[in-house]
Amino acid sequence: MTHYLFILVGAVLVNNVVLVKILGLCPFTGVSKKLETAFGMGAATTFVLTVATGASYVIDHYLLMPFGLEYLRTLSFIVTIAAIVQLTEMVIQKTSPLLHQVLGIYLPLITTNCAVLGVPLLNIANKYDFVESLLFGAGSAIGFSLVLVLFAGIRERVEGADVPTHFRGTAIAMVTAGLMSLAFMGFAGLDKYQ
Amino acid sequence: MLQHLFGFKGGVKPQTNKAPSVQEPIGQAPLPARLYVPLHQSIGGVPNPLVQVGEPVLKGQLIGGADGWVSAAVHAPTSGTVLAIEEHVAAHPSGLPTLTVVIEPDGRDEWISCTPLDYRSLPPEGVREALRDAGVVGLGGAVFPSHAKLTAARSVAVEQLVINGAECEPFMTCDDLLMRERAEEIVRGSAIFRELLAARRVLIGIEDNKPEAVAAMQAAVQRLGEDHEVVAVPTRYPAGGAKQLIRVLTGKEVPASKRSTELGVQCFNVATAYTAYRALAYGEPVISRIVTLTGNVLQPRNWEVRLGTPLRDLVALGQPKADTNKYLMGGPMMGFEIPDLAAPVVKATNCVIAGSPTLFPPSPPEMPCIRCGACAEVCPHELQPFELYWFARARNFGKTQEYYLFDCIECGCCSYVCPSHIPLVQYFRFAKSEIWSREREKQAAEAAKARFELRNARAEREQAEKADRLARASTARSSERKPASAVASAAVVEAGVSSALASEPAVVSSAADADAQKKATIVAAMERARAQRAAVQPRNTGQLSAQQQREIAAIEARRAALQAESPLNTVTPPERAAE
Amino acid sequence: MIITLAIMALGAIVLGAALGYASIKFKVEGDPLVEKIEAILPQTQCGQCGYPGCKPYAAAISAGEADINLCPPGGMDGVRKLADLLGREVKPLEVEEKPKQVAIIDEATCIGCTLCIQACPVDAIVGAAKQMHTIIESLCTGCELCIKPCPVECIHMQPITENLDNWKWKYPVIEIKRAA
Repeated sequence: MTHYLFILVGAVLVNNVVLVKILGLCPFTGVSKKLETAFGMGAATTFVLTVATGASYVIDHYLLMPFGLEYLRTLSFIVTIAAIVQLTEMVIQKTSPLLHQVLGIYLPLITTNCAVLGVPLLNIANKYDFVESLLFGAGSAIGFSLVLVLFAGIRERVEGADVPTHFRGTAIAMVTAGLMSLAFMGFAGLDKYQ
Repeated sequence: MLQHLFGFKGGVKPQTNKAPSVQEPIGQAPLPARLYVPLHQSIGGVPNPLVQVGEPVLKGQLIGGADGWVSAAVHAPTSGTVLAIEEHVAAHPSGLPTLTVVIEPDGRDEWISCTPLDYRSLPPEGVREALRDAGVVGLGGAVFPSHAKLTAARSVAVEQLVINGAECEPFMTCDDLLMRERAEEIVRGSAIFRELLAARRVLIGIEDNKPEAVAAMQAAVQRLGEDHEVVAVPTRYPAGGAKQLIRVLTGKEVPASKRSTELGVQCFNVATAYTAYRALAYGEPVISRIVTLTGNVLQPRNWEVRLGTPLRDLVALGQPKADTNKYLMGGPMMGFEIPDLAAPVVKATNCVIAGSPTLFPPSPPEMPCIRCGACAEVCPHELQPFELYWFARARNFGKTQEYYLFDCIECGCCSYVCPSHIPLVQYFRFAKSEIWSREREKQAAEAAKARFELRNARAEREQAEKADRLARASTARSSERKPASAVASAAVVEAGVSSALASEPAVVSSAADADAQKKATIVAAMERARAQRAAVQPRNTGQLSAQQQREIAAIEARRAALQAESPLNTVTPPERAAE
Repeated sequence: MIITLAIMALGAIVLGAALGYASIKFKVEGDPLVEKIEAILPQTQCGQCGYPGCKPYAAAISAGEADINLCPPGGMDGVRKLADLLGREVKPLEVEEKPKQVAIIDEATCIGCTLCIQACPVDAIVGAAKQMHTIIESLCTGCELCIKPCPVECIHMQPITENLDNWKWKYPVIEIKRAA
């Protein structure tokens, strides 16, 4: 059991997909201007990423591996993710127009979120089984959402701060992200106390 | 009587500075040479001027009628002549002008016949109307029309009526003196309010730094045999805020989304109760008020001043010292600097303070916020001014509203305690007025959109109706042709005379045909108009001056140019006008 | 090789079928984006963007046919809001930004031709044939559409001045002390 917990916590904090693995930086900087959109984006990504890891595990193990088609992984994963995202968008638009409004154009952006592709590939590299893959996917997604929301909260405040003109906008955001990354490095020792 | 008191959170204790202006009784300010009575002196609709320039007016005569329910009338403060109804600088921080009735007093100060109202036998509705027409508004400074506050909520009976004599602003003593000298009228006025609201208890709250006022009020209550409770409340700014006083006296906290009547409480200022009583029992409308003149003056004192008296005349009564560099209207906490002393005393003018560099030293430069939280500790509404400040400064107005910007009463406690000397209230005022202006723009845009859509719908409908009419006309004609010679109705002939010649007697009701007919009618009408224009010759051109002839030539030239540009344009007006 | 193609084709068919089914099952009527764009536009209905009114322009933006910087009455503020909503770059306005204006009819010159009444998109002009016309200031959006049709050139635009109703508290100016 602790093994699963370690995978989950490790994915959320220690090996944070954004700040440690440096994946998914596009939505990290793009969708972090407002807290609400960051929440929405985090929720959508969590859903898509968890589903995508499960689906890609199934495809990899029951479709690609038996036929020795590992070289098609990237291609087939991308296609699967894109389809899932599209599906999610349609379902959300129909069932909850409000959430769709909040997520707006960011939903399709998940397709191009490299974390969504990176996590299934990491799963395979780490030779996780199905449950582990799902946990790792969910953990990474939660870590992504956590960092995104924290970052958005900081950015919302930095907006009001006296930032030197040339540092305004993305520049100060990058500095902030760097500091956050440093802070998350502090979690690195967490697994030493096994 | 023992009264359990509640407290409110926050608040500050600035130096009260009230002593200098209570040494002398209320004085009657002399009649100025000119009175400038602004028409808009209360919250709500702008009263309409009811007098003409040059018209003689009597003291107390109605010069501005209330416009709508939330509005209050305005009256002439003395007898004299209306010199002008013009834009004159307002008693407002902007120094912008507002529509003002200028009256030249005749010196006789002659009252219009005042008829006391038998308010006890009048229905409540009648009393409210009488108050509105007497111009009774909240004299604590908010100038909200009082009659509009005198209706109890439908579901909740009014438990307590709070009469506000707290007067927490430093320097200000007008309510103090009023309570000392005219306590009976205040008590009687409160009794009227109580009757209108059917309130169970009347609580008169007075800060405990005014023992004379408390004693006077208690004596008056006893003398009149009322059961009002006069309560001394602890001196702490802003105890005189309506919500704060209600909280202290009743323990009820009025939430932002509700009116106090929904909780069974209503609050009025003592001066409001006084004017209401004068208005009903003597028929005297609100034409003057007590104003504290204090600060850097040789003779601080309270004056009963006619509304419309230029502030310059009032200030002169106190003999300001030589180093006076500015004047504040209202108290030092919530008041504003008067941009122009030509502005008149209005119903909201409770206090005028002469300021000097020693009395109000210029505030030190604003430093960065260190998030010490001192402002949050003193905020009587338990807001977080440092957060509000942060977002107001960044113009993030949505966030300021999330932090309840509109619950801020601008009491100034936060600015008072800020160790970084940040003018927090100014930021909040800025944010509020920005939000209001955006709201206005949005509403205007929505209204414009609605009108645009209505107009489009109307245009479509008219077009459809016209096509329909023409189609019906032609079918009617074709059927009438058989029975007799063409004795069609005049309208039918008018509508389709040209097409009738060409059209077949068969059934013609298709849309395309109707269209063709319409075009033909238009062509015919254009022909007619052209002929008409050609026939009409200018008649009275015989004795025109050279100047006029030149003008005519210029207009003709312009018309010709336009005609050359687009022949249809010039033909359409008469045709369309004839439709 | 054939297996590879078969697997890829299978995947494509399955996913395509799922998406196709979803697009029918979860079809949404109307475009909520147009409404959101329209809410930002100032509703002057002036046509300065090249579209006959604010709604067509909103539809054109939503469809990606029109740029977001074509609305002069909305000003740079409007462009910024649109850019925010659509995630596009803020661009400078095509034309110069003007202060808010209202149209005023010179009543002495007006001949009562009703042309301006027909031109006004928001019914802000009152008058009848051969009677003097006037503009209801509070309803005028300042679109300038009435100026051209007037045959006697009696309409002019006047900037809205500050008055007590639209006066705003200013942003507190931070005093910068000059170094001694």
